Amino acid sequence: MLKNLLKAAAILSVLIFSTTSKAADTIRIPVLNWSSQIVMANVMAQVFEEMGHSVELVPAESASRYEAVRIGDLHVAHETWESTMALPFYEAMDKGGLIDAGSHNLITFEEMGVPNWVIDEGLCPGLPNWEALKSPECAANFATADSDGKGRWLEGPYEWHTEVMPNRLKGLGIDDLWTVKFAGSADALWAELKAAKAEGRGTVIFNWSPNFTDAAGFTFIDFPPYFEGCRLENGGTLETTGCGSPKGWLKKAAHIKFPITHPDAYKFYTKMSFTAPQIGLMADLVDSQGMDHAAAASEFIAQHRDLIDLWKN
Amino acid sequence: MLERIKNSRANQFSLLFFVFLILYFFVPEDENSLLWRLPPLLQGIPLMINNFLDNLMFNWFTIPIWDPDWQMYEDKPLFRLITRSISNFLLFLIIFIREIFLGGLQTIGSLTGDSLKSIKWLYLPALPWTAVVIGLFILGYKLKGLGLALIASIGFFYVSIFGQWEPTMETLSLVLVTAPICFILGLSFGILGYLNKKIEATMQPILNVAQTMPHFSYLVPILVLFGIGDHAGAVATIIFATPPMIRLTILGLKKISPEVVESGLMSGCNKLQLLFRVLIPTARRDILIGVNQVIMQCLAMTTIAAFIGAKGLGFNLKVALNGLKIGKAAEIGICVVIIAVVLDKLSLAWANKQKDYFANLNFYERNKALIYFLCSTILFGIIAYFSAFYFDKGFNYLYLIPFNKGLTIAPILDSGIDWIWETFFYYLNTFNKFLITYVLFVMRDAYLGMPVISTFVLVMGAGYIIGGIRSCLIVGGLILFIALSEYWNRALITAYMATFAVGISAILGIVVGSICARNEFSTKFILGVCDFFQTFPSFIYLIPVILLFGITDTSVMIAAIAYATVPATRYTVEGLRSVPSALHDSASMSGVSNLQRLISIELPLAFPHIMLGINQTVIFALFMVILGALIGTEDLGQIIMGCLSRPNGAGIGLTLGIFVSFICLAVDNLIRTWADERKKLLGLD
Repeated sequence: MLKNLLKAAAILSVLIFSTTSKAADTIRIPVLNWSSQIVMANVMAQVFEEMGHSVELVPAESASRYEAVRIGDLHVAHETWESTMALPFYEAMDKGGLIDAGSHNLITFEEMGVPNWVIDEGLCPGLPNWEALKSPECAANFATADSDGKGRWLEGPYEWHTEVMPNRLKGLGIDDLWTVKFAGSADALWAELKAAKAEGRGTVIFNWSPNFTDAAGFTFIDFPPYFEGCRLENGGTLETTGCGSPKGWLKKAAHIKFPITHPDAYKFYTKMSFTAPQIGLMADLVDSQGMDHAAAASEFIAQHRDLIDLWKN
Repeated sequence: MLERIKNSRANQFSLLFFVFLILYFFVPEDENSLLWRLPPLLQGIPLMINNFLDNLMFNWFTIPIWDPDWQMYEDKPLFRLITRSISNFLLFLIIFIREIFLGGLQTIGSLTGDSLKSIKWLYLPALPWTAVVIGLFILGYKLKGLGLALIASIGFFYVSIFGQWEPTMETLSLVLVTAPICFILGLSFGILGYLNKKIEATMQPILNVAQTMPHFSYLVPILVLFGIGDHAGAVATIIFATPPMIRLTILGLKKISPEVVESGLMSGCNKLQLLFRVLIPTARRDILIGVNQVIMQCLAMTTIAAFIGAKGLGFNLKVALNGLKIGKAAEIGICVVIIAVVLDKLSLAWANKQKDYFANLNFYERNKALIYFLCSTILFGIIAYFSAFYFDKGFNYLYLIPFNKGLTIAPILDSGIDWIWETFFYYLNTFNKFLITYVLFVMRDAYLGMPVISTFVLVMGAGYIIGGIRSCLIVGGLILFIALSEYWNRALITAYMATFAVGISAILGIVVGSICARNEFSTKFILGVCDFFQTFPSFIYLIPVILLFGITDTSVMIAAIAYATVPATRYTVEGLRSVPSALHDSASMSGVSNLQRLISIELPLAFPHIMLGINQTVIFALFMVILGALIGTEDLGQIIMGCLSRPNGAGIGLTLGIFVSFICLAVDNLIRTWADERKKLLGLD
């Protein structure tokens, strides 16, 4: 009885409001808070509009958007970085509703590293080889107010790789000289880069490439090579857990119904595959040349018309 | 001896503190000892909450709905269908208002159906910004006079020439929908609470939780239930901004003296008339403060709403901060403040406007403002239409100044920050090292080294002394819930940061407030500053503090203090100003100096009000401490933030959010009981 009543109420309310419902055929693309992602969203939006679809750009947050893609409120998540977003990406895939629409044509580096000026000023002679970190004089140059005299590694938020970096320090046997601090957000990493440079203090941060930091010069530290299962959490031992990070992918995620509701747009989306210089250009048009995101996207499309047309057909 | 303890509260507190210290130093650190840490018996709660949410969002009461894409029936949960209909309704309103300001075709499209979609020229043109500015001038002039007219129009003029028109209108359209909804909901629930004691009693804790729960802990459930987009942002805003309206409505209605009600009844009012013609107009002052709070809170949510899809200033702010463009971010923040100020002043003026029943006006005189507005809109519309031919490159500056094409003071602001850095960095750095090594870390270790038994003795003892056995049990119960989880240590870190921030903010706020309350001008000035910082998006503090103090606890503390000093100052000023001037005179006649008067007369009388300010300070400080997770902390906030990407994160996030609320509730209970008692003693109630 109650159940029926509830159903009736629901159907009624659906009827009342369905007249005002948003157009179901609008392609909804999430926009996050960094330039290349926003420009790529705009590029896709403009191409989809050329194909005759209506498109909406929706502000989102990088981790929680996968849940929205999974239940169909967003159609795509076009920049999915292995090291920072693999967890929510695969979680959404496990629950069902999200599909992997292929990777971009690039290999991402995601690793601890230093800005180039740290090497130029000789704050830690021997970098980028990790053995240089063994010297106490080097570590001292990377100390901060709260690091208790040790050098500080600034890792991204804890949920990105949990215990990998603290374990790596232990595995390399340099945890008496170095300590890991987790930043709260990517913004905090960039602020640290700027602050350390102004202060002339050395800094080791987690970073990735392609990224806007490439322009100013950033060097990743060479750690012992990665192999499957070298990390403690993947069954490795303390001896092997000092290994570096694997080369990563940059994936494209889509909602499971996207291929059915918008076949031509989905075809473009799977073919779409940017390279590192192209993604760098997207960021550069906004960050260095001061365009707004939509204008940068038009400019990018104009410069890469052939490629876009190839993907469209 | 016993007699002395019984009579003096100071002695009772000293005794309590003494017992606390003994326990602190004599209970050994031992993970298996119940005196040191309680076992995590309630470990299962996050999972239970998570299962409940999962069922609610995906499994319970599913009804089959035909899916034209799959060509089959799909089971959709009823609850989500209902929430989605609410979303659609909200979204329609938001888009409708947005398209008035910015133009578009969705509203027309949804009203006429698909048939007209193919016609390309059919869309709603935007109101030119010039027309909106003049419209605000006319509105301000009609409601209050030249002063308001200038504030409103210059504010929006600033927004436009600084190239923030589009995002500002997007945010404005969201606020213009959410604020009235908050007002109506708040007023109705407030009336219900006033009419029925039981409803009020049940509502209080819910309101407290809604107001104090960190936003990040309920973002994912909202995202699933309401769908990502402006509507989700609106829902989050409504949850956060309605409680103060409810509270103030109840407060205002309760204050009405029975004579007013009786005279209403004598004049033959029926129930509805009594409510709308007598009670609500009498409680107008508090209800208007409620409206002010609703507007402030709605705009305070702009950035958070951008996490779940709200377009507008909040989103642009996040982009600017990611690029470390602090000057740009500050400009955007100022736009948020402008909307708040203009809406607040306009709504206040509208509510205060008395209807002139005896004016005998003709049609033109009655609708003068509207006519002027329509004429100017048409005029500026025509100007905008023709100016399109004058400005090439597609930017029509008299129609819509595009984003990033306006003036900017960002370089000046940025160089200001650079200057601060260059001039003060070495002092700041030394200060930072000192603070971290000798104060913050010492304090953190002291909190972490606190045996659970001594925490309980301290908290419950304080409850007993202040409010008797009832407060003691309430506070104890709230803390016990946290102590029985596996996150007790993190809660202690949160508590340490909040205590430090609250301590400094309270001292700063009370001192600054006391100084500024001395005269009329400085009072107005400082209240204006408080309004500014309450609506200025707190996210903006996060980046400059990192530049100055690095990714350390100091940064979090500075940001929290900057934000939490606002209520402490505001309530001190308001409390001191409400001391009757007759008392000032009689004190002066008794020959006290100014300082004596402040310390022995004004501050004690303002004490209950100041305590309520401290209560708000606790809420504000905890809010920023949790937000400090974006800088990098190791407390509850870090996990709440991390839950956005964790499997089954919604349950943990919500549980920890409840923990934070419980800390607020415990403090609230102690402070409120104390303040009420003082009020009774002072005869203020």
